[in-house]
Formats: sequence, structure tokens, C-alpha cells
Amino acid sequence: MKKYTFTEKKDTRSGFGAGMHELGQQNPNVVALCADLVGSLKLEPFIKENPDRFIQCGISEANMIGLSAGLTIGGKIPFATTFANFATGRVYDQIRQSVAYSNKNVKICASHAGLTLGEDGATHQILEDLGMMKMLPGMTVINPCDYNQTKAATIAIADYEGPVYLRFGRPVIPVFTDADQKFEIGKAWMVNEGTDVSIFATGHMVWEAIQAGEMLEAEGINAEIINIHTIKPLDEEAILKSVEKTGCVVSAEEHNRIGGLGDSIAQVLVKHKLAPQEYVAVDDSFGESGTPAQLLEKYGLTAKHIVEAAKRAIARK
Amino acid sequence: MSEKELARKSVEYRRKILKYIYQAKAGHTGGSLSCIDILNVLYNHVLNVDSADFSSPDRDRYIQSKGHTVEALYVVLASKGFFPESDLETLCTYQSHYIGHPTRKVRGVEQNTGALGHGLSLSVGTAIAGKLDKKDYRVFTLLGDGELPEGSNWEAALSAAHYKLDNLCAIIDKNSLQISGATSDVCNTDPVDAKFEAFGWAVRHVDGHDFEQLKAAFDAIPFEKGKPSLVIAHTIKGKGVSYMESQLKWHHGVPSEEQYSDALQELGVAEESLA
Repeated sequence: MKKYTFTEKKDTRSGFGAGMHELGQQNPNVVALCADLVGSLKLEPFIKENPDRFIQCGISEANMIGLSAGLTIGGKIPFATTFANFATGRVYDQIRQSVAYSNKNVKICASHAGLTLGEDGATHQILEDLGMMKMLPGMTVINPCDYNQTKAATIAIADYEGPVYLRFGRPVIPVFTDADQKFEIGKAWMVNEGTDVSIFATGHMVWEAIQAGEMLEAEGINAEIINIHTIKPLDEEAILKSVEKTGCVVSAEEHNRIGGLGDSIAQVLVKHKLAPQEYVAVDDSFGESGTPAQLLEKYGLTAKHIVEAAKRAIARK
Repeated sequence: MSEKELARKSVEYRRKILKYIYQAKAGHTGGSLSCIDILNVLYNHVLNVDSADFSSPDRDRYIQSKGHTVEALYVVLASKGFFPESDLETLCTYQSHYIGHPTRKVRGVEQNTGALGHGLSLSVGTAIAGKLDKKDYRVFTLLGDGELPEGSNWEAALSAAHYKLDNLCAIIDKNSLQISGATSDVCNTDPVDAKFEAFGWAVRHVDGHDFEQLKAAFDAIPFEKGKPSLVIAHTIKGKGVSYMESQLKWHHGVPSEEQYSDALQELGVAEESLA
């Protein structure tokens, strides 16, 4: 089993900021928009070097999404940024009509997704965003796993023509992927090959899955771990290939169990290859205040929970 | 185009709007007739838009926020050569691109619209892009007075003034009626001029069926350097067909055979008076 180590911890939103910094230097058509959360989105380096290509919208997210769609009519590649809650649920109609239905080259980049924003509590902890975004025809949905992958994904989506939802977060977590990786939209990443159970994880849960893999190994269980950084389009081939081998599945996501990655995988299994699946996800609930560690523990989103789910899945084979 | 030529054009447009709505048995008749004179002046006098070169980065942009009056837009785009008018025989029918609200599948349409309250934000974004590229193109958007209570309009109005978008011109088709009744009864937005002025816009009122006034207003934009322009066009819903004028039921009404025939007769009389 491949061992993953890290020398530092960073937040994925800083990976986004670093990606934007590079894009600012590389692509003159990239424009950044923000609804009063420049510091939270780590946009300062981009703005410092490209003040003309930054559009501060103030706290008016609906307008920001409309502006973004309008900017494409002038040939720009807008990156609309705010917290995931306000980037999706608050402006679903704007995204549906003016971005997705119009097939606009708008990148919706959303930080502070999930429970791990912590202390601010349920108003800001969106757990439904992946579902809302993946339901939109033509929308690409990406949830990278660490700083380096978020940076690479940010750069990659500028070269992709079409609407994208890019989701990342606030907590500092291990940086364990390569700094010079090439991000391929829609291509799952094999973290660790195994034979007993397939663990498909996305976002912050990938590191938890890696830890779970080590814990399972200590008990003689050989888990295959795959990072599904692109929720849509889903890499069905990678999923089916893995399940053919292992015969059971755990999905792990910082999202409501309804409508997220787990449901996307279940659809694939129902259609092509029936196999037992266990969800590691929030059980149809809102969040609350707490540290990320406290909340992940309470809502069942840790390596330990993945281990338990893996054993349940294996027992159902 | 002279005022008289524009007036003749509008009769022709009205006839076609009614024809295609009558054939499709669907459409937004009253609003299409209230805004058609505005669209006529925009496409035949104001907009630097060429159907042979629609992808030109220097073209003026027109975004119709009140997407439901798409029949007016389709008829004008056809007359400007964006597509054969015969395409409109399929209006609102199964598998047609000529859907009941504008889509980019129809050549000449910049943006899918129809969910109200979106057009002004879209136009602000496009106008910012023009400023960023130091282009001279202008952005025009047509709003309905009924959609003004959508909060996104006011977010957009703030940002247009904040970014000093004097390359942006919004037009309100103020026909004073919406699907539930008089706009003043449903959710009053008057005095709309004072509101936009307070937000930092330069505002003018025109009779939305007076070609001289419409031309003069559009020729004068930007009304003030450094400010977005707003044209409040006072219009009559159902204009040009007397039994439809200012009658709420014609918001979404489709004429019967007899009503259609009466309307054509009335438009014929109007056309003769312009001969």
C-alpha cells in the first residue's frame, strides 16, 4: 500500500488563491469577481497584480452571477467567488438561467463549503451545493482534495470552455498531492489500489480515506481508495473497474447523503453493477458551531467512520 | 430611417407579431406590442449590429430582460436578416429553436433570458467587459416595469453607477400592466425615475411610441458622462390594436380568428394613413 505523507498543512482556499495568482499572469481574459470576501477567498495576490481585472460586487451575489454571465458576452472568463452557500443556494435561479441554460463560460468558485468552516454554524455550512450544481445540465462540478490539487484545478478550469462549479474549504489539512500535478477534469485519481472494498472520496474526505486505508490495512483489509475530484462528469469507468474487483463500495463526502457523490455513484451501480454501498455523509441534517474536528466527529465524517462503513460494506457482499 | 419609415416598419412588425402568435396559439401579445416601437428604433436606428458579422467584438449588445415578449424580438431579428422569417412558422412548437423565451440557439440573441430580473446584471457585466477592453460598443437592455420589484435589478443598478457605466443604457417598457393587474397595484415602483436617479443614473422620459422622441433620447446617450443612462419609455400594452390596448387579458392572450382579422384591418388602416 502506498504511503502518503505530508510536511505541511494548508487550506484548499489558499490553493485557489495561488491558482488565481498564476492565472492572472497567464491569461489576460481571466476576470475575478467577489461579493465582499476577498480575504476569505485569498484573492489578494491576483488583485494586487491585476486591479483592473477584479470586480468587487459588494454583498450582492445574484448580481455577481449576472455580471459574470454578462462578462462572457464581452469575451471574458469570469471567476465568481464567495462562500459556497451564497454561491449556490442563494443564486440558484441566476446560475440556472443565465449560466447553465445559457451555457456560459462562467467559473463559480466557492469556499467554506461543508461543515468544516466551523464556528459560524449552519447558516454558512452548506451541505447541499454539490447536489444543486450537479443537477444543472452542462455544469461541471469539481471538489479537489488538498491545496495542490485545488490550485491545479483552478488553473485547469480556465482552459475548459463551459460552466464550472469549483468547491473548496476553509480548514487547514495535509498537503499530500504533487505540487506539479496536471489536473484532468473528469478523471478519477487512483490513490491506492486494493481488492476488498472501494472507497470513493471527494474533497476533504480524501485524506480521511487515506487514513482509513491504513487503519483497515492494520486489520488485514485491503482497501482501494479513489479520489473523485470531479463529481460531474463522473468517471464511471474508474468506478466500475474498481467495483468489479472489490465488489463493495464506500462513498465519503462532506455533504448531505442526499444528492451528493454517493448518490451519483449509486446511480452508476444500479445501472451497471449492483454492489453494496455504504455512505459516509451527513445524514440529512444542518450543521452547527464547533471546530472542524468536533463537527466531523459528531456528523460521522472521520477516518474511523470510513473504517466502520468499509466493514459494513464488506459484510454485505 | 425617417420617423415615417419607422412608423411603417412598426405596422409591419405588429402584423407579423400577431400573425405568428395567432398561428402558434401562444405568445405574449400585449407586451410585444408595447415594446415593438422601441425595438424598431434600436435595430433600425441605434444598434451597431450586423447580421452578416454578428460575432464582431465591436458590436453593440442588446439583451432583452423581459424575455417573454420574444415575439417582438424574433420579428425584428428576422427583418434584419439574422434568419429567414419563415423560421417563425415554428414559433413555440415542438423541436423549434424559436422557444417562448429568447435562447442563443436563435441567431442574433446574445443571452438566454426570461427569468425576470436578470437582464440588468447581465448588461452591467457586458458593459464592464467593454470598459476593460477599452471598446466603444454600447450595451442596451429592455426591462419590463413589472419585473422591477426583482431585487437583482437594484443590485445591478447600484453596480452600474458604481462602475460609472456610461456605455450602458437601460430602457423600461413602462406599459403599467403586468399579469396580475396594474403595476401600481401589484407592487408600486413609482417614482421609478427618482429611484434610479438616487442610485446614480441619468434618466429621461419618452413616449415609447413616438419615434422622434425615441431617436432623440438614444442619440443623446450617455445622458451624462460617467453615469449609466435610463430611458423610461411610457407605452401602452397592446398598442396598435384598439381592443387590446391597456387591457390586462392581452398580456398572454391569443386572438381568435375574428379578432385577428379585426386587428389586421385596423393595422391596414394605420398603414394607409402613412402612405
